[in-house]
Amino acid sequence: MNLNLEKINGYSVINIQEERIDAHNSGELKAYILKLIEQNELNIIVQLENVRFIDSSGLGALLSGYKHAAAKSGKLSLVSCKPQVLSMFELTRLNRVFEIYTDLPEAFENQT
Amino acid sequence: MCNSALQVEVIIPTQTKYLELIGSIGEHIAKDIENFSGDREILAYHLNLVLTEATTNAIKHANHNPKDTVKISIHIYDKELNIKVYDHGQGFDLDALPLPNLDQPKENGMGIFFIRELMDSVTYTKKTDCNILEIKKYL
Repeated sequence: MNLNLEKINGYSVINIQEERIDAHNSGELKAYILKLIEQNELNIIVQLENVRFIDSSGLGALLSGYKHAAAKSGKLSLVSCKPQVLSMFELTRLNRVFEIYTDLPEAFENQT
Repeated sequence: MCNSALQVEVIIPTQTKYLELIGSIGEHIAKDIENFSGDREILAYHLNLVLTEATTNAIKHANHNPKDTVKISIHIYDKELNIKVYDHGQGFDLDALPLPNLDQPKENGMGIFFIRELMDSVTYTKKTDCNILEIKKYL
């Protein structure tokens, strides 16, 4: 899984550098997010701008991160979803679980 | 059923690195299909997803022989797109799979849900030498 991590305004911003998240790389993404949470990085934003395809295992990896962050009173939000990727969150109603923002500035404005 | 206008058959090792290849075949077919009046970009994503989920499922249920393979066949008929995914594992009971509770989402169990939601018919048949997940989308 190609990704990079930036610290911006106290948030850990994970930039996914893959066009595709599926069962081949979602395990790695899940492990990466869980490791961040273990290190007490509890304000996480996942930047999905480059992702044009996500499957059920990719959604599962993000949901796992969300639940683990929430269990430690943290937060995992998503930014810059392409319409078809967003439609997968809508189909599974995960758009009601995650906070999903148009871009990073909007995410920062709405974080409390 | 009349002869298919297009037939694609792919055999892959049971490794997830081939998912992208299978998904991209679905995308190409969606963009190339005749007699389809809907949104091709959406169909392309859906076929990519359905083929990815079905193949992942077959890999997950495969036996542990490193030489095991998954066969995927795609037929396009006049009014039907037909996908068959063959695995050699123990198989599972499609009808016994619970529907996911979307109000209490879990990390697993969404793959077959996607296939059922996006396609028109899904069946799973256990045979002596293989199992077949058959997916139909009416055009």
